Order: sequence, then structure tokens, then C-alpha cells
Amino acid sequence: MAEVLTHAEPHDEHDHKPHGWRRWVYSTNHKDIGTMYLVFACLMFFIGGGAAMLIRLELFKPGLQFFDPQFFNSLTTMHALIMIFGAIMPAWTGLANWMIPMQLGAPDMALPRLNNLSFWILPFAFTLLIGSFFVPGGAPAGGWTMYPPLILQTGAAFPMLIFAVHLMGASSILGAINVIVTIMNMRAPGISLLRMPLFVWTWLITAYLLIAVMPVLAGAVTMLLTDHFFGTTFFTAAGGGDPVMFQHIFWFFGHPEVYILILPAFGIVSEVIPTFSRKPLFGYETMVYATASIAFLSFIVWAHHMFTVGMPLAAQLFFMLSTMLIAVPTGVKVFNWTATMWKGSLSFEPPMLFALAFLFLFTIGGFSGLMLAIVPADYQYQDTYFVVAHFHYVLVPGTIFGIMAGVYYWLPKWTGRMYDLKLATWHFWLSTIFVNVLFFPQHFLGLAGMPRRIPDYAVQFTDWNMVSSLGGFGFGLSQLLFPYLIWKCVRGGVPIGNRAWEGAHGLEWELPSPPPFHSWTTPPSDAVIARGAAH
Amino acid sequence: MIREKLAHLVFALAASVATLTAHAESGWNQLNMTQGVTHISREIYHLHMRIFWICVAIGVVVFGVMIWSIVNYRKSKGAVPDVTVVHNTKVEIIWTIVPVIILVVMAVPAAKTLVEIEDTTKTELTVKVTGFQWGWQYDYLDDGVMYFSRLDHHSDAARELLSGIDPESVEHYLLNVDHPFVVPVDTKVRLLVTGADVIHSWWLPAFGVKKDAIPGFVNEAWFKIDKDKPGLYRGQCAELCGRDHGFMPIVVDARSKEDFAAWLKQKAAEQKQAAAPGAAPATAAPTAATEERAPWPKS
Amino acid sequence: MANAHATDSNAYYIPHGSPWPIRASVALFAMMLGGVGYLNDWAGGWIFLPGVVLLAYMFFGWFSTVIGENQHGTYNLQVDRSFRMGMMWFIFSEVMFFGAFFGALFYARVLAVPWLGGEGVKVFTNFILWPQFEAVWPTNGPAHVGGLANGVFTPMAPTPIPAINTAILLTSGLTVTIAHHALRSGHRGRLAVFLALTFLLGFTFVGLQAHEYGEAYRDLGLRLTTGIYGSTFFMLTGFHGLHVSIGAIMLTVIWLRVLRGHFTPNRHFAFEAVAWYWHFVDVVWLGLFIFVYWL
Ligand code: HEA
Ligand code: HEA
Ligand code: CUA
Ligand SMILES: [Cu+2]
Repeated sequence: MAEVLTHAEPHDEHDHKPHGWRRWVYSTNHKDIGTMYLVFACLMFFIGGGAAMLIRLELFKPGLQFFDPQFFNSLTTMHALIMIFGAIMPAWTGLANWMIPMQLGAPDMALPRLNNLSFWILPFAFTLLIGSFFVPGGAPAGGWTMYPPLILQTGAAFPMLIFAVHLMGASSILGAINVIVTIMNMRAPGISLLRMPLFVWTWLITAYLLIAVMPVLAGAVTMLLTDHFFGTTFFTAAGGGDPVMFQHIFWFFGHPEVYILILPAFGIVSEVIPTFSRKPLFGYETMVYATASIAFLSFIVWAHHMFTVGMPLAAQLFFMLSTMLIAVPTGVKVFNWTATMWKGSLSFEPPMLFALAFLFLFTIGGFSGLMLAIVPADYQYQDTYFVVAHFHYVLVPGTIFGIMAGVYYWLPKWTGRMYDLKLATWHFWLSTIFVNVLFFPQHFLGLAGMPRRIPDYAVQFTDWNMVSSLGGFGFGLSQLLFPYLIWKCVRGGVPIGNRAWEGAHGLEWELPSPPPFHSWTTPPSDAVIARGAAH
Repeated sequence: MIREKLAHLVFALAASVATLTAHAESGWNQLNMTQGVTHISREIYHLHMRIFWICVAIGVVVFGVMIWSIVNYRKSKGAVPDVTVVHNTKVEIIWTIVPVIILVVMAVPAAKTLVEIEDTTKTELTVKVTGFQWGWQYDYLDDGVMYFSRLDHHSDAARELLSGIDPESVEHYLLNVDHPFVVPVDTKVRLLVTGADVIHSWWLPAFGVKKDAIPGFVNEAWFKIDKDKPGLYRGQCAELCGRDHGFMPIVVDARSKEDFAAWLKQKAAEQKQAAAPGAAPATAAPTAATEERAPWPKS
Repeated sequence: MANAHATDSNAYYIPHGSPWPIRASVALFAMMLGGVGYLNDWAGGWIFLPGVVLLAYMFFGWFSTVIGENQHGTYNLQVDRSFRMGMMWFIFSEVMFFGAFFGALFYARVLAVPWLGGEGVKVFTNFILWPQFEAVWPTNGPAHVGGLANGVFTPMAPTPIPAINTAILLTSGLTVTIAHHALRSGHRGRLAVFLALTFLLGFTFVGLQAHEYGEAYRDLGLRLTTGIYGSTFFMLTGFHGLHVSIGAIMLTVIWLRVLRGHFTPNRHFAFEAVAWYWHFVDVVWLGLFIFVYWL
């Protein structure tokens, strides 16, 4: 510990990090790059959320109030693409950049230059994507799932969409390679795989998923591109292709993708709950194996998004059963988290609050997922707001709350200052109440028969849409607290010591707050590891 | 059925605040899946309720334990952590096995129903349904009757951006068409669903039928409406199909067998007259093909 | 701080900032803008070219930097290991990319085409929409898309050229391995010769492939637009050909470095990385030869 400090302090005086704009544009430092990722993600969350607000605005009451249906479809499509590829995935990579080297006793990410590349691709990718709003024909409006033949009717935005997806894919793949190599090659001596914190574990498995499926997405959109411009017929029956073939390839990517979005959240919850229960995680190894089996299963369930396309009976049965199986390892995780709180000594700081909300609301989203897996029932649910309710429960109070928990957990470590706990608690309560007002009624709407992706609806859906919209505006406005809180913390938070939380364990807490420019300039001593490492 | 009453109660509770202000035909009490008017749609409804209740039960247990821990193991109440509770193979095995059993309990009836749904034999009437941007085409293959079905003009006028027409004033806003799809009750009707341009999806909640209309391919679906349930049933396109995806509803006009037969006869006559020579064979040709190679006993 | 100065070779080297990645991003962006301009028939298509130039410059600069650092012994074995793992996972991602197109091929052959021919759950597809169509492979679909004027085309025979190309690639896999052993045992001469052989074989392969394409377009009516067979054929072999070209160029670079006396018997990551890449290209070709040309 001490030696680390003595190493770090002189360093900061004469470190060679570039200054001014170069520090960021040329950066090869995991913390600076992590910060850029997080800022970028936050920006995209607000843009994607802005689109969502417009969606809720148009859906506030029946009749078209504000937008042409085509533009509404663009809003839906861009909302999803921006949230998934612009907000959540970069947020995860940002957290990985910040935390993984610190948690493994490493000086930095394994491939620092590559790290810079994988971030700096993103701003350009999203310039292309969001720029498509301003070209003839408007932004893509075929849904984030980009099904042909519809997506082939996109105007000038079409190639922009495809190339943007290529760039995002490249960025994620490079980022994932970096994470894997860092975890496999940069662990301090003494930190065996089964002594790694669960955030590192879940990210490792996420990275494998990324490398396996992002190239498949790239392939799929490449086929779209050639079908559109170069006369191939992958997705045209007349030429011997099949529009549904795209759906299979897309969902082979798409389903693992949704676990890419949730697994790191599992990791964070598995760090936060033990900390604030002052009790080690229950069944650490089972957690690891459960995560691995979820990842494995995620490769053989994809067609549960396509039950209505007319698959052979055997295929439908197989995908129903494999999908239902995922409930088992996920359940194991939920139970282990609960058992971690059992006979603990709980306190309810903001990270814990978000983790607890995650526990309840993700589970609800999981239940509705399970209902969707029942093929005959899915014939009624598919492409209704019941699905929209399902995936927002797992994505917003699931993934987004997971990210919130992580940021509120580690922010003091990053800045060396404690944020306004009271305000953060407000942020939590407002978010949690409004997110349910926003998305719970969508279950009713879906069951009552309201299709998704429509700008206008029959009058009997009015009441619950109004409730949902009001919840949406409430949730949206509450999110404004978040950047304000961070800004306030960076400016004038109360300085804190190495260990921000009483019950916190892990190597990151053995470093000073804020940590030195290069996290572990010399590997942590065995004593430090014994105190810090997960096991 | 007592369970359904309970179900409604639960939903209603979730909506209690709202329900206070609810008036008769308002949407506040539109909370659950329809039971529909076919055997299959009821099966699906019961499946849905069964899974729902299982999930509620699991939820009660899991959330119960969570809440119990949150209430009883607070630091503020001087709870001291028992750091020895970190692993317990026995319970971990239990809470792996039990969910598996629950899943089996869910899967078996689901599979049964699915097999029923997939059985498209012994159908008595075959209609080709083609989705296009943005409407539906119904083609009674065996009878040379074919017509299009689009959003009715009242809704169409009202749905224009800032039309100034209050949707509430339009009856069945967005759920009404110019020419409903006429079918007989108590008859196993087979739909051959396909798409003309992009993918659409023919969804009629009351029948528990949703099938994608895929250009270049034909999907099969079927329904058999209860004998005592003639009437109008409404659904919508359920696959994003472009600008007016929200504006291509489906209306089925279910009539008694006799009325249907009469309607079909008269419609066929009309169309024979209207049809220019050459048009009729066009619709007949595929029918011929179907007849000689059809793998099902024709009525 | 030791590893910042990278004097102490047993510390993990961490560069302090690099201008190359951002140049790569800008280059990619320029190329894509150019692509968009071209595909939309806008004016800006030319932007593609400065993009390519910048990209080439970036590769040259980035790799020179890394090679320079390496020659100065800046990298310890741990860094070396990072590079190896990085390369392996990159190749894995490439495998998955080809996987998407193989998937398309299998889906079309095993499901889509038979369905259009009236098999399985899609009987009516054939009855009603494509009554005349018989499911066969190769096919350009029920509407006989593309091909010669009358919609017919001749599939690419597995012999002679594809068979020869198979032999060529397999041999090149052998020569690169021989070169590797030579490098390990310090026989620089043999190393140079067999490495040269390898990339020459590689370029020959590309040449023959180009010839084959010409034939297909002119005489066989087999084009990118020739239905699902043409689509899968050209996308698979095309992307493979692209990878062979890249691999051959990389081999050439390695060869030049060998001539400059780079690499030692036990430290030669770059050589191995390229060798792995070459084997990967080799294996993909075997898949192609079997499933696209032969079966
Ligand atoms: C974070 C993202 C995420 C996650 C984690 C999940 C998790 C799951 N999802 Fe979801 N899903 C999406 C994101 C996600 N989904 C998205 C974005 C879509 C829509 C895409 C689009 O069309 O645009 C979608 C759509 C979707 C569909 C298609 C619906 C349709 O279009 O018709 C289906 C169908 O099977 C499904 C199922 C499931 C299941 C079974 C799980 C399971 O993993 C859930 C498992 C968890 C639990 C079950 C709860 C905890 C378990 C216990 C407490 C144990 C005991 C429980 C039992 C034994 C029941 N999802
Ligand atoms: C991680 C992914 C993610 C996240 C976080 C969200 C967040 C939200 N989503 Fe989204 N959503 C998707 C992923 C996500 N969604 C996907 C994949 C689809 C399917 C798309 C498709 O069908 O193709 C979808 C579709 C979708 C629909 C259906 C659209 C349709 O079918 O036509 C709706 C409708 O209510 C919706 C709403 C919302 C809302 C209100 C939020 C809120 O949580 C957003 C809250 C955040 C903010 C509001 C931003 C912060 C605040 C400001 C910008 C300040 C300004 C605020 C005010 C003026 C009030 N989403
Ligand atoms: Cu037709 Cu949606
Ligand atoms: Cu899924």
C-alpha cells in the first residue's frame, strides 16, 4: 500500500501524460478513456431519452398530435439504437476501463493504443447515425431490428445506418479483445481467476459474447447493404433467399446482445450487495458458473423472437424449452443475492438502493420474459406493448439501474470525493417510482391488444398511455439530477479516504482516492491482496 | 372461474387509483388478455393465466424473503452480519431443481396447446390473406372471390396529423375497415398468409391467431369460431411495415354458415360479372394446383 | 515511474499517448462518408480516397512505432503475450464474421430453397407462389434472377482452378511452417526463401481467383446478382479473397523485415501472428472448397 503511494506520488509530478486536448484525443490511459466512455454514454442516454420523450409525447393521447408516422418510426428506431449501442454498451466499457485494471492490480489496460481506438471510433459512428436524421428520406425507420424488406425502403440514411453499425461493431470487438487480454494477462500475481471480483468475471464473459456475435451482426448488415445496392438476393424469395433468414442471423446476434447488456449489471449488483450487507457474496463460484451457463444458453434461444414467422413445430418447441431453461441460472443468481442479504447487516446508501430496486424489478422483467417464452401465449404477446414492458423492465430498472449503482458505488473512488448522498437518494426514489408508472401500465396495454411501433392508437388505450407518458416525463426529468450530482461531486464533494464504504472489499479500495495516473505501478503485495481480493 | 376473478382483482388493484375515475366503457379496466371466441384462444388465455399465477407465487416467495431480510437485517437495528453464511450446497441444489420442476409444469401444457395449433388438417374453407402497404387482400381460393380491405374513411380522415377530428368521435377509431373479412362460424377456416411487399402480421386477438405475412412465402394458420359467437372481431397488423403500419386494421365479420354461404354465392356472382375475361383463370390457376396436390381431404 | 520510461524491460510498457488511433478513426470516417456519398450518388464520394491514404499512412506509422519500440526492447514478455492473445481473439472474431455468411449459405441450401420447392412446413409457398419451381442446388431462385439473358447460369466447377487453388493454399501453409522452423533454428536464408514462396503462392491464388471471376462473369452468367447461389458464392469467396490479399501483403512486410534482420529465434510475435492469420485464411478456404464448390 504505502509503497504504491510512494511510487505514485513522485510520478504525478513528472508524469509524461500529454496535456491539453492531446491528453484526451491521444489518450492511452485507462482512466481517461474510461471517463470519455462514460461521458459519451451519458450524452447518448440523454439523446436517446430525448427521443423516448418525444415518443411518449406523441402517444400521450390518440390522434396524431406532433409527428408524421414515418418520423415516429424513426424516433423509435433511433431511440433503441442510441440507447443500446450509444448509451449502455459504452457505459459498460467505460466502467470496465476504470475498474478492471484497478480490481486486478494492473497498471493499465493491456493494449492502451487499441483502447483509444475503440473509444474514438464511437463519436464518428454516432455522427453518421444521428446525422441520418438530416438526409433525404429521414433517419432509418424500420425498427432497431432492421428487418428486410422494410429496411431496404430506407432513403439516403440506409448506407449511413449500415456503416454506423459496422463502426460500432468494430469498436465493441476491439474493446472486448482488450478486456479479455487485460483479464487473462494483467492480473497481479496471486490473483487467480477464482479470486477475481464478479464484475470482472461477468465482463470477461460479456467480452466473449461480444467477440462472438458482433461480427455476425456486421455480416448481417453487410448482406443488407449488398441486397440493397449490389443486387444480391440473400433476403429475397424470388432469388432463392428468405427475408426470415435475416431475422435468424440478426437474433443470433440479438439475443446474446441482450445478455451483453445485462451481465455486467449482474456483476455490479454482486459487488454492491455484499458491501452494504457487510457479508461476503453467497455462493461466489456458483455465481460464476451461473453466469457462464447463461452466456452459453444465450446462443441457442435466438428464435424466441420469431415465434410468429412460421417455424416448424420442432423448432418452436426447442426454442421454447431452451429459452425457459435460462430462468434456472438466472434464478440461482437472484437467490444467491437474496441469500447474501440474509443474516447480513444492511445499510441503504444509494448504490445499495439501486441494487435492491434492480433485484425486484429485473425479476419482474424476467417473469414477463418467461411468459413470452411460452409459444402459444407469445402468439398473443408478440409485437405488443407487453414485450415493450418486458424489455424495459430488464433494460431500465435492470441495466440502467445497474449502471447507476456502479457509478454511485465507485464515483467517490474516481473523484476522491463523496457526492450528495441525500440528493442521490432522491434520484433513486423518483426514478424507481416513475419507472414503474412508466412501464407497468404497458403490460396492460399489451395484453389489451395494443401493438408496438404505432404512432396512434384506438381510444380504449388512451388512459394507460397517458399514465405511461406522465411516468415517462417524470422519469426523464428525474434523470437530470444525475449529471448535476456528478458535476457537484467533482466540484465540491467532501474528500474521502481510500475506502469509501465501510463494508467495501476489493483491490480498488486499497488504492488512494482518486487513484494515481497508472493504477498499480507495482503489483499489490500479498498482504494487500489478502485484504482486498474477493477470496 | 374463481382464479380469473382473483386475477382481475389483482390487476384492478394495480390500477385501483385509476379505476376510481373509471366510467363504463373506459380503458382503465382493459387490463388482461381476451379469452376470445375460439377453443384455441381460450386455451392460450388459460396458459397465460397459469404462468402468470406461477410467477406471482414465485414472486411472493422470493420478494417475501428479500423484504424480510431488508426489514430484519438492518444495521440501523443493530444487526450483526453472520459472515459464515457464504455457501450451502444443499439449498443451492434445491433452488436449482425446484425451478426446473416448475418449468416442466409450465412447458407441458404449453407444448400440448402448440401441437393443437400447428395441426392445420381437416380445414373446411381456405382463404389466402395477403398483407400489403397498407391493407389486406382476402382471396377465397376455392370460390374465385377476392377483395381488398383497408382502413375505413372515417378513421382515415381523423388520423391525419392535426386533423382536428376528435378520435373519440369516430366509432372504432383505427379498428374499422371498408370491407370486413367475412367467414362462417363453427368452421375450421385455414388462412394462407403471405405478404406483397414487406413483412406484415395478421393478428386477431379474439381468435388467438398471429401469423407473419412474409413476401415470397406462405404461412398457414387456422381458427374455428364458436357456433354461438357470430359478430365483428377486430385486430391489427402486428409487424412494423412502414409509415402506415398503425393504420391497417383487420375486421372479421363472422356469420352463421347459412348467411356465409349466401354471401359467398352472391359475392362470387358479382365478381364474375365485374371480372374482365382472363382475370378469373388467374385466380383459378393456383386453385387447380392446390386441388390436385392438396394433402388434406377437401370438404 | 519505471514503466512510464520503459527503461526497465521487466515492467509492462504503457505508451503515454499516441496520435495513431485517432488518425485511424478519422480515416475510417472519411472512407465511410465517401462510401455513403458514392452509394447515394452524392458529390462527396471522393472523400473516400483521402480516407484510404490516411489509413495507409496510419498503418505504416502505427506499425513503425510499435516495431521501433519492439526493436528497442521496450516490450517484455508480458507485452508479447498481450499481443498474441489480442491477435488470436481478433482472428476468432474474423471466424465469426465468415460464420455469418456460411450460416446464410446453409440456411438457403437446407431450408429456404427446399421450402420454396414446397417441402416441409411451407407446402403452400410452392403451390401458390412458385408452382413451377423445383428445389435444386445450385439455383438462382424461382424467378431465375440474374444470370445470362435467359436467366440460366453455370455453377463454378470444383476443377480445375479451385482444386489448383486448394493445392496452392495448402502448400503455402506448408511453406510458412517451414519458414517458421527455419526462423526458430536460425536458418535466415531458408526463412527468407520459404517466406517469399509463401506470399508468392498467395498472390498466385488471388490471380487465379480473379481469372475465375472473369470467366464466371463473362461466360458462365455467374454473377453477384445471380440469385442466392451467386450471392453466397461471391460474398464468401470475395471476402476470402480479400483476406488472402491482406495476408499476402502482411507476409510481404514480414519478409522485408526478415531481410532487415528483424526477429530472433525466440522473439518473433509479428511473424507468428501473420502465420496464424495465414492458416486461418487457409482453413476458411477448405470450408469454401467443400461447401461452395464441391458439394
Ligand atoms: C437486458 C436485456 C434482456 C434480458 C435480461 C432478457 C431476459 C429474458 N427475455 Fe427478453 N427481451 C429483451 C431484453 C432482455 N430479455 C429485448 C430488448 C427484447 C425485445 C427485442 C425486440 O423485439 O425489439 C426481448 C424480447 C424477448 C422475447 C420475444 C418476445 C416477442 O417479441 O414476442 C422473449 C421470448 O421468449 C424474451 C424472453 C426472455 C427470457 C425468458 C429472459 C430470461 O433471461 C429471464 C430470466 C429471469 C427470470 C425468470 C427471473 C428470475 C428468476 C427466478 C426468480 C427463478 C425462478 C423463476 C422461475 C422458475 C419462473 N425476451
Ligand atoms: C437500453 C435500452 C433502452 C432504454 C434505456 C430505454 C428507455 C426508455 N424507453 Fe425504450 N426502447 C428500447 C430500449 C430502451 N429504452 C428498445 C430496444 C426499443 C424497441 C425499439 C423498436 O421497436 O425498434 C424501445 C422502444 C420504446 C418504446 C416503444 C416505441 C414503439 O414501439 O413505437 C417506448 C414507448 O414508450 C419507449 C420508451 C422509453 C422511455 C420513456 C425510456 C426512458 O427510460 C428514457 C429516460 C431517459 C431520458 C428521458 C433522458 C434523460 C432526460 C432528458 C433528455 C431531459 C429531458 C426530459 C424531459 C423533457 C421530460 N421505448
Ligand atoms: Cu402491415 Cu404492419
Ligand atoms: Cu431474446
